[in-house]
Amino acid sequence: MSKPQIVKYKMPESQKDMPLGPSSEAGVIIEPNAGWRVMKPIIDNSKCVMCLKCWILCPDGVIDREKGTLEIDYNFCKGCGICSYECPQKAITMVKEGKQYD
Amino acid sequence: MTNQNIVSSREFLNGDEAVAYGARLCRPNVVSVYPITPQTIVVEKISEFVANNSMDCEYVHVESEHSAMAAAMGASMVGARAFTATSSQGLAYMHEMLHYVSGSRFPIVMMNANRTLAAPWNIFGDQRDSMAQRDTGWIQVYVENGQESLDMIIQAYRLAEHEGIYLPVMVNLDGFVNTHTYELVSIPSQKEVDEFLPAFASKNAVDFNNPRSYCMSASTEWNMEFRYQQHEAMMNAKKVIESVDKEFGDKFGRYHGGMVKEYKCDDAEVVLVTTGSVSGTSRLVVDSMREKGLKVGLVKLRFFRPFPVEYFKGLKSRVKAVGVIDRNLSFGYEGAVGSEVKSAMYDSCGSPKVIDFIAGIAGRDIKKKDIELMYNKLLNLSKGQKEEELQFIGMRW
Amino acid sequence: MIKMKDLTDKEYLYGHKACPGCGMGIVGRLATKVLGEKTIIALPASCMSTVTTQYPQMNYSVPSMTMAFPGTGAVLSGMSAGLKSLGVKDVNVIGFAGDGGTADIGIQALSGAVERGDDFIYVCYDNEAYMNTGIQRSGMTPYGATTTTTPSGTASIGEKHFKKNMFEIMIAHRIPYAATACSSYTTDFMNKIEKAKNIKGPAYIHVMAPCPTGWGFPSELTVEIGKMIVECGLWYLAEYENGKVKMNLVPKTLKPVKDYLMAQKRFKHLKDEDIKAIEEHRDSEWELIRENWMK
Ligand SMILES: Cc1ncc(C[n+]2csc(CCOP(=O)(O)OP(=O)(O)O)c2C)c(N)n1
Ligand code: SF4
Ligand SMILES: [Mg+2]
Repeated sequence: MSKPQIVKYKMPESQKDMPLGPSSEAGVIIEPNAGWRVMKPIIDNSKCVMCLKCWILCPDGVIDREKGTLEIDYNFCKGCGICSYECPQKAITMVKEGKQYD
Repeated sequence: MTNQNIVSSREFLNGDEAVAYGARLCRPNVVSVYPITPQTIVVEKISEFVANNSMDCEYVHVESEHSAMAAAMGASMVGARAFTATSSQGLAYMHEMLHYVSGSRFPIVMMNANRTLAAPWNIFGDQRDSMAQRDTGWIQVYVENGQESLDMIIQAYRLAEHEGIYLPVMVNLDGFVNTHTYELVSIPSQKEVDEFLPAFASKNAVDFNNPRSYCMSASTEWNMEFRYQQHEAMMNAKKVIESVDKEFGDKFGRYHGGMVKEYKCDDAEVVLVTTGSVSGTSRLVVDSMREKGLKVGLVKLRFFRPFPVEYFKGLKSRVKAVGVIDRNLSFGYEGAVGSEVKSAMYDSCGSPKVIDFIAGIAGRDIKKKDIELMYNKLLNLSKGQKEEELQFIGMRW
Repeated sequence: MIKMKDLTDKEYLYGHKACPGCGMGIVGRLATKVLGEKTIIALPASCMSTVTTQYPQMNYSVPSMTMAFPGTGAVLSGMSAGLKSLGVKDVNVIGFAGDGGTADIGIQALSGAVERGDDFIYVCYDNEAYMNTGIQRSGMTPYGATTTTTPSGTASIGEKHFKKNMFEIMIAHRIPYAATACSSYTTDFMNKIEKAKNIKGPAYIHVMAPCPTGWGFPSELTVEIGKMIVECGLWYLAEYENGKVKMNLVPKTLKPVKDYLMAQKRFKHLKDEDIKAIEEHRDSEWELIRENWMK
């Protein structure tokens, strides 16, 4: 998956390490959003026809299409459920976070 | 291509024009200004330069002062050298942006024509507009005449863009007395100024190879360290102010005194602290009183932020009484400079006596006799007579 | 025209802290996908800046600047003027401002910048209230909506005024390009961003961005709600170019507003007569649209 990754960010350890003014490297993500999730989307790739509705509509951009099938970046999926609701094939189901499923 | 081959010359200019000529010599990439009396001539003059192809900049006709500073900030963020100018109500209107710009460490230079703030409405000079911006994180310099105005616009960019500073600078001219008074001003050549002030290569600007987010939020855990950094930069400026002024003096033959400029203080028993245009008149009074054998001196405070604390700490053992002419008033206490001078000289024992003179409010003339009166009061105080700590000079009654 | 397969897989906005299902997230993500790396973003105080720039986490991977709430138009002007004077070409300058930052406190700076003709893209994402500060009304809050400053009550219907029309205000400026859009109509929105990118001078896109938190609907319904508002005619997709307005989508018949309204907590208190008043207002607006733009 080529989604942006969480980095271990080296925070300043002294005053002289502080960046000039309040500016900082763009595109730095230091923590996941997974903890927000109550419901978790599960994609059934056998039902998916790659219409990419979910891919384009995801407010967090967590659906990856690069491999030709869809994958979800669960680090950043907040479980909003838009993908599941919008999927015309009903290929994405929302399951309770933490529950076992096959 | 613009014809900006300015040769050195001497011309009769008012303070506003001197600022415009100074700004042109600094080759700002972007000028975003909004007119207000008594700064208007700056805006008009720069417009004229641009219209006649003698100034190479993007002139942004903003619709307010808040936008003037916001546009300057946007320009600085992409690496452009930005210039703006305002006064009084305009400065108050852009107050929010002053914090943004200094906090984001954008080295923008602004001229401010000191004018009183409404109400009651009045367009004439006092310094409450800029002194009230004390804590916005801007370097503030107060100049006395057209020549110093032009020179300090040029120096301001050197200061602002100095490696260890990266802070905005406000150059303050007294409304009308300086902005509208003509005098002979030396205009350096473009070549000389280019040598003194190299092209701006910002270290705080967009670089697509190393993209950054500017002016971001910093939580409680980190915010204070950013503020400290800003304070450090301001403190660094003290040394740089002196060295840049010296370098300027060596190159252009005019040294303005760095943070403060003394006049006949060496053996003075009492001194008067002034800011801006009143310094000139005060020097004349010093001369005439000296002729009478009175040991009076003058301290022209040039920089209000950073404040020359060390200087005033040193002054304390040299004189018996210090007066401050405050062309501003912090209602419910005293003048802003008076407070700063006193606090700088504060010590458990041996501090000189200080009188804060509130004068020249809303353009009221500070006459020679007023200044003489102030010196006499200081002399009285130095001899142990009682004087009020806060006095209003030149009142109608 | 934007084709899904040509869109980059790169995410220029990622890992942000917007609420689950936030319509604004779709706006920021897709706009930057269309614009690409050579983009500088202005972010006034709003949900958009708050959820993307908390040190040291910077969720936009292109350069951006968080800035004063009222100043978006002017900051964009300054960026654009700065780039021009430095001879930098092919860089997109874009602002993402909320409805409050656009229609209320930022309207002066926006108007000035558009009138000057500076080169930038201004995106107003409209979530119909000040969401960042906790759902207070704005000049874009629709009639009848409950917000924390226009709570409905025995003496209050909620917001008492109809929405201000920013699209028409921009047209009155004779702006080179203006459009309305909605986060649910992604291709339409991206095409508009693409057009705005290629326009010389200012371009304004007003994009409806449903907010589950502030409007009171389940997060999975964001796209659905966005479709409903267009289908019932309380919002429309249009663009203004070369002095003409083109309607991009005209529903054959407008659906009743009731379903749209009742799907959201902020309208739940409305009575039938209130809903009728909203529908009448909608109809009069559409009469104007037909009269002015569709003849
Ligand atoms: C001058 C000023 N006034 C008020 C605020 C407080 N404030 C910050 S964001 C905001 C509301 C933003 O609303 P909007 O522009 O609609 O964006 P949203 O948060 O809804 O996305 C307000 C009132 C501020 N930051 N600056
Ligand atoms: S409050 Fe609304 S607009 Fe703001 S982040 Fe949450 S869903 Fe998005
Ligand atoms: Mg809003």
